[in-house]
Amino acid sequence: MVAEWVVIVCTFGYLLTLFGLGWLSEQLRKRGVNLANNPYVYALSLSVFCTAWTYYGSVGRAAMGGYDFLTIYLGPTLMAPLMWLVVRKMVRISKVEKISSLADLISSRYGKSITLGILVTIFSILGVLPYIALQLKAIGSSYQLLSGPSIFESMSQSSLIVNDSLFYMTLGLSAFIIIFGTRTIETAGSHTGLLTVISFEAIVKLVVFLIIGVFVSFFVFDGFGDIFTRVQTNVELNSLLSFGQNTGNDHWFLMVVLSMMAILFLPRQFQVAVVENNNEHHLKTAMWLFPLYLLVINLFVFPVAFGGRLAFFDTTVMGDSFMLAFPLSFDQNGLALLGYIGGFSAATSMMILSTFALSTMFTNNLLMPVLAQSEQFSNTNLSKLMIYGRRAAIMVILLLAYLYNRYVVSDVPLVSIGLISFVAVAQFAPATLGGLFWKGGTKRGAISGLVIGFIMWFYTLVVPNLIATGLLPQSLLDTGLLGTGLLKPHSFLGLEAFEPIIHGMFWSLFFNSGLYFMVSLFSTQTSKEWNQAELYVDIYKYSVDYEDKVAWKGKAYVSDIRKLLQRILGVQRTDELLKSFTVRYGSTWEKQQTADSRLVNFAERVLAGAIGTGSARIMISNIVKEDEISLEEVYSILKESQQMMELNKELTLKSRQLRQAKEELELANARLKKLDVQKDDFISTVTHELKTPLTSIRAFSEILFDNDDLSIEERSEFLETIVKETERMSRLISQVLDLEKLESGEQRIELAPLSLAEVIRHAVSATNFDGRHLTMDLPEGTLRIAGDEDRLQQVLLNLLSNAIKHTSDSTGTIIIAVAQQEEYWRVAVKDNGRGIDGENQERIFQRFFQARDQTRKKPLGTGLGLAITKRIVELHGGEIWVDSIPGRGSSFYFTLPMSHELEKLESGV
Amino acid sequence: MSKKVLIVDDEPNILMSLDFLMKKNGYEVFVGRNGQEALDIINKENVDLVVLDIMMPEVDGYEVCEYIRATPSLAHIKVIFLSAKVKESEIEKGYAIGADHYMTKPFSTRELVKKVKELT
Repeated sequence: MVAEWVVIVCTFGYLLTLFGLGWLSEQLRKRGVNLANNPYVYALSLSVFCTAWTYYGSVGRAAMGGYDFLTIYLGPTLMAPLMWLVVRKMVRISKVEKISSLADLISSRYGKSITLGILVTIFSILGVLPYIALQLKAIGSSYQLLSGPSIFESMSQSSLIVNDSLFYMTLGLSAFIIIFGTRTIETAGSHTGLLTVISFEAIVKLVVFLIIGVFVSFFVFDGFGDIFTRVQTNVELNSLLSFGQNTGNDHWFLMVVLSMMAILFLPRQFQVAVVENNNEHHLKTAMWLFPLYLLVINLFVFPVAFGGRLAFFDTTVMGDSFMLAFPLSFDQNGLALLGYIGGFSAATSMMILSTFALSTMFTNNLLMPVLAQSEQFSNTNLSKLMIYGRRAAIMVILLLAYLYNRYVVSDVPLVSIGLISFVAVAQFAPATLGGLFWKGGTKRGAISGLVIGFIMWFYTLVVPNLIATGLLPQSLLDTGLLGTGLLKPHSFLGLEAFEPIIHGMFWSLFFNSGLYFMVSLFSTQTSKEWNQAELYVDIYKYSVDYEDKVAWKGKAYVSDIRKLLQRILGVQRTDELLKSFTVRYGSTWEKQQTADSRLVNFAERVLAGAIGTGSARIMISNIVKEDEISLEEVYSILKESQQMMELNKELTLKSRQLRQAKEELELANARLKKLDVQKDDFISTVTHELKTPLTSIRAFSEILFDNDDLSIEERSEFLETIVKETERMSRLISQVLDLEKLESGEQRIELAPLSLAEVIRHAVSATNFDGRHLTMDLPEGTLRIAGDEDRLQQVLLNLLSNAIKHTSDSTGTIIIAVAQQEEYWRVAVKDNGRGIDGENQERIFQRFFQARDQTRKKPLGTGLGLAITKRIVELHGGEIWVDSIPGRGSSFYFTLPMSHELEKLESGV
Repeated sequence: MSKKVLIVDDEPNILMSLDFLMKKNGYEVFVGRNGQEALDIINKENVDLVVLDIMMPEVDGYEVCEYIRATPSLAHIKVIFLSAKVKESEIEKGYAIGADHYMTKPFSTRELVKKVKELT
């Protein structure tokens, strides 16, 4: 044994060393050397993951044949490569948002929700407190082991707290944490002393573990081979070597997952990995150094564990105490003391950081939001209040842990306490990871998930422990809540495949993540939540010039902001910060009365670093009178844009109408121009047509005038030509005028009841067919129509004369036929003349188009007949067209409406 | 030996009057009722002068004149356009193609006979 006073002196000596180291590093920092700003210090600090539970517990677990302790280190090892993805993102967000704890990170993500901050804080404290107590237990038992009369007799606990050395050690630790953790209230990345001490302790616990390991392996035994051979040959112990008895693969897998979450979400891990990170690139070192550290510290676990089983076979010495029992039983008191210090360092580093992280959460996410909202405290110096609050929290947490250890821990199976804590913090995984990588996560979702997760955690893992201590009846465990078998804490909904820890982890995370995603999908985000979601998920996009980018609406006075900062950070620190702000953005803000959004955001972030994002937001909004963008404003903005859109639509419509009008005008203009051209063409054509007979008339007149010696035949032939040409001219002139009248609408068609049959017969009788054969094919009856008799006569005469012109006297055949076609009478005038080719069939109805055939004598027509005919038919409401096969003859058809005009006329009469 | 004159027009009455006039003045007269007939006669008979209408279907007067001017063996043939076209541009075009004279319809018989005599 070691004398008790020696142990006490060593313990406090070690604590004093820590004090000195912490103080030294803070002094160095003032001179500009920041020990904490170093990738190795950062990586070593992460080893705060290895607690007394590692130091003593791993050996104990391995000694009992449990290999699952390995999974606790396998998870973080697997997590190391992922750190670049997850931890780096959290670091970046934390720097931008001045995040001071995990509670802060989660609350800030979901719209700086105070509720979430409070929930995470309470759950963290509840989850981690037993874990801290476990460390105290380790210290206590190792102290007893060392100073006790024999390692084979357990010493009873001191009956009075004042006589319990552990109580004083707890107080000493509190003092240390208070001194190095709460000197300023800004929390992010500035605890050089703390970090230096943690990384120093990381080296201490590792080195001591290795020394003990070497002692056991090479001095007590003859190397690893010796130990394993002896175990193998020992009938009672060789079962230790069979791997993974009584545990399945799923168990291993879920344990690995659990420890992967622990490395991210344990408050102390978050504190060192994220909050205390000074440079993202330190992660690169940590990614290989931290797994290496885990490997090395576990190197001697099996040799010590198996060696212990061999050495202390059939004794009461437990695996948990092998680390000290070896040196003690070989009378190596110095080595034993060293081993004790190693365990002490593992325990204290965890306690220091956990307590520190929890106290920060407590003040920033629990105390401060309450204070900030309370009128009573609006004038007190919050800075002082915060520091005292944090100090009190540290004391309270450690004392609670002490009491928990003293009165509860002894009744609970040791191993599970750490794992229960792991499961507790794993509840933060859905809300945090969801928040980092999914924009859809909502505050309601996060709260629902967390609450259900913790209820399940409590019910499946804590309740059984409470039953074990006798606080709850055993029946609850055996028959379930209210006697419902499905609600048994250890086989919820009948699930019996897992052991309690995995069972609890499964159900709590199942309900937690399920509810988180479902509620998120069915709830909506506020604008603030949406902003934060955007910022978190796309942090790499937004992390530059953050102050400029955030939309902020409201009005604050510079003096108010300065006052607020001074209240919380003190005058000196405020001046420093504002100076740095001036350096970055210029000094214009000093001259202005009202602060711009950059200054307000800056102040909010600085405050967030000290009192948490939620509290900072409250404080700022108190002085800023920030206008939350209300729904009405959103509506009015929307309405404005709606009106703009409508206006725009109207304008578009107007301009389209204008364009249309312009197009119509252009079209009309083009039509007019075309008409003009047509008119010109018409005039020049008419002129030309008139000149032809005129030329003949003049030529023959001159010939007659100049030649007295013409024969009688010649004279009469020439005179006849002159007369014919004169007639042709008059006919042309009258037809031009006729057509002009019809086209201009000057000449109206006089509709009267008519018999089409009579009109046809009349026209036929007026025509000289010169021996051509005529066939008439008319239906029975009068064929009543409404029409202008003279004009219809003109149509028929024209068509008949054309037919005669194009047929020869002897072989010519002309058919006139009438048939009914729907509501029309269709009149056909057919001949067996030379016909009209396809391309001319349309054009013959145009003015002055004459299908000329030079092998024949030129027809006598004026070129206007068919044009006039077409016009007359159209004025009667009918149509005219021609069918022709060249060489076989032509058929002209025209239609006339049967009776509708007639009925109108008759009813009118 | 009398000179040969070709008269080309699609209007029979004009042809009739010109035929009478030219014969009366001692020319040997050929008659073409369109451009194609004119070209056939030009290639067959060694005519000295052509009185040419312009507006005729298919081969018009301009084309007939162009053919004459483009054929070296017909270089001696004189061409008088006799047309209802009175526009300045149309008259210019007639001369540009190579006409010796351009006369508008209705024409003066005396003037035409005088011009034909000048050119033969």
